[in-house]
Amino acid sequence: MTTDTAWPTAAASLCSSLSEAQLLAAYRRMTLIRAFEERLHIENTTGDVPGFVHLYAGQEAIAVGVCEHLADSDYIGSTHRGHGHCIAKGCDLHGMMGEIFGRATGVCGGKGGSMHIADLERGMLGANAIVGGAAPLATGAALTHKTKRTGGVAVSFTGDGGSNQGLVFEAMNMAVVLKLPVLFVFENNGYGEGTGADYAVGSGSIAKRAAGFGMPAVRVDGTDFFAVHAAAQDAIARARAGLGPSTIEAVALRYYGHFEGDPMAYRAADEVANLRAQVDPLKLFRAAVGGAGLRRVSDAALDAFDVEATASVDAAVKAARAAPFPGLETLETDVYVSL
Amino acid sequence: MPKRSYRAAINDAIRLEMERDPNVVLIGEDVRGGSGGSAGDVEAYGGVMGVTKGLWTKFGSDRVIDTPITESAIVGMAAGAAMTGLRPIAEIMFLDFFGVCYDMLYNQAAKFRYMFGGKARTPLVVRGMMGAGLSAAAQHSQAPYNVFTAVAGLKVVVPSNPYDAKGLLITAIRDDDPVVFCEHKLLYGLSGEVPDGAYTIPFGEANYTREGEHVTVIALSAMVPRANAVADRLRAEGISVEVVDPRTTSPLDEEGILESVAHTGRVVIVDESAARVGIAHDISAMIADQGFRDLRAPIKLVVPPHTPVPFSPPLEKAWMPSEARIEAAIRTVLKDQ
Repeated sequence: MTTDTAWPTAAASLCSSLSEAQLLAAYRRMTLIRAFEERLHIENTTGDVPGFVHLYAGQEAIAVGVCEHLADSDYIGSTHRGHGHCIAKGCDLHGMMGEIFGRATGVCGGKGGSMHIADLERGMLGANAIVGGAAPLATGAALTHKTKRTGGVAVSFTGDGGSNQGLVFEAMNMAVVLKLPVLFVFENNGYGEGTGADYAVGSGSIAKRAAGFGMPAVRVDGTDFFAVHAAAQDAIARARAGLGPSTIEAVALRYYGHFEGDPMAYRAADEVANLRAQVDPLKLFRAAVGGAGLRRVSDAALDAFDVEATASVDAAVKAARAAPFPGLETLETDVYVSL
Repeated sequence: MPKRSYRAAINDAIRLEMERDPNVVLIGEDVRGGSGGSAGDVEAYGGVMGVTKGLWTKFGSDRVIDTPITESAIVGMAAGAAMTGLRPIAEIMFLDFFGVCYDMLYNQAAKFRYMFGGKARTPLVVRGMMGAGLSAAAQHSQAPYNVFTAVAGLKVVVPSNPYDAKGLLITAIRDDDPVVFCEHKLLYGLSGEVPDGAYTIPFGEANYTREGEHVTVIALSAMVPRANAVADRLRAEGISVEVVDPRTTSPLDEEGILESVAHTGRVVIVDESAARVGIAHDISAMIADQGFRDLRAPIKLVVPPHTPVPFSPPLEKAWMPSEARIEAAIRTVLKDQ
């Protein structure tokens, strides 16, 4: 059931079915994620961002290519590298930035931080700092949809590192056994923390291993929005129709280290610079739809979104920096609904 | 009042709540039993101890969900379903098996509400059997409620009789926080008065199963009937024993315990969970911290030795806190004037 799509895919043929509005919306979210992460990379060096930050830059096409198919009533579970998923699912930028800076204005009141951003009203069940943690939880959200017959779906985002976790295998088998409307997305960015996926994923192909559980599984170019979008469209339609789970392995690039401050001794000195120069999901998208491509969308419209994204992120950072820290009276609240 | 076993009382609570609320689902391995077998659609087990017998016949496969042997996915799926609108009851057959799925309780369900700034609700019940006494050996005999109690965000219930089991389980199912419901396997056959309809027992309210003047025995789960038996026996000698059953270890009824301590001034705590860092140690520290001046003798703990649970019956019997050890502890604390 596994298919390897050509890399790079012929984006032009895949994007012809999307409207101009859809193309613009997708780019707008992707460039917003990029601007958010590039700015956090800088903000982190000031020492004002507490704790660990893991950046999503380079993987924008995956979160957006999947989440463009989802409504607020659909659920996603995310990873420690979750900012991209949050933005793609529609989380508020100010709430996210406030949370990352540990402020009272954060979407979780400063109690969660970068690794636990959640917005249940948007169907965002939380970034998750336990590798693979989202898979069983998304499977449970899919059980809710199935039991209540809503036609909704759930998506588990995990990485190549998470693909080796036993609880992910358990979730995949459970989803097949109970025929749950869930999509397992494995973002294979080549590294689980500091260890290469070529070393750690014993089967080599995450998609082939997923197919062994008895579900359709495809491997796509995760830098190509259109390849991800098309694969997700099939998988999510299948889930909504009650036909059960699917897997997408999206091969991606990680522009930064595992965490901010990671010296990346495990990567060749020129690896990241070369990757950035050669493969950029945003440039790939622009080339496909803009002046040099299908001429579906004007370069000026896309440029305007780049400017807007930078301004939005700047406003969010300024607001977060100006916001108060949580009051100490919140230390012991929110442990239980009732006691 | 009709008599029911502890097993039937638990079944009754689940049935009533499933009738009341369509969002309540039961998830676990062999909670029905018989799914996919060559005998066709049957209800083979109703749980290995028969606790959930008859529920599949009544509610069907959409709500009584047999799963593979896959504890991480059972608890994880139930946690994900709980935060999105169902009220799952997940069965971990033997609570010893929490070892293979603890992340989904410890790092996930227990922490959602706090991590997410108070926006999540996780109305999840994880239930299973625990405890020694059936020669089930080291991996099927533990009573790990002390471990769950240490985790902020979890509520922990340890019912000691059929009436409490039903009322506390109904409370657990209606509660919006994750609850670990610990059923002692020695108690399943215990019979007692249990009303027919639904009723709730609030968490964090200790039950004085015996009232007395001379010594307070705090006991949990299957230790409660043992403490009661000792209290009844010693009454003939003129020794008046108060038995306090906290019923839930999280929340813990500190006030209810301290009140009895103030009344008697002497304390024995009987706890099967652990020789170190158990509930006995927790309650003992709380009394030392808040009720020290009421004590007329050192607190005495009756706990198992610091070993895994042994298999062979004489060894297991010696491992478990016994009536003889409870009685000896009572006599010891009464010696100090």
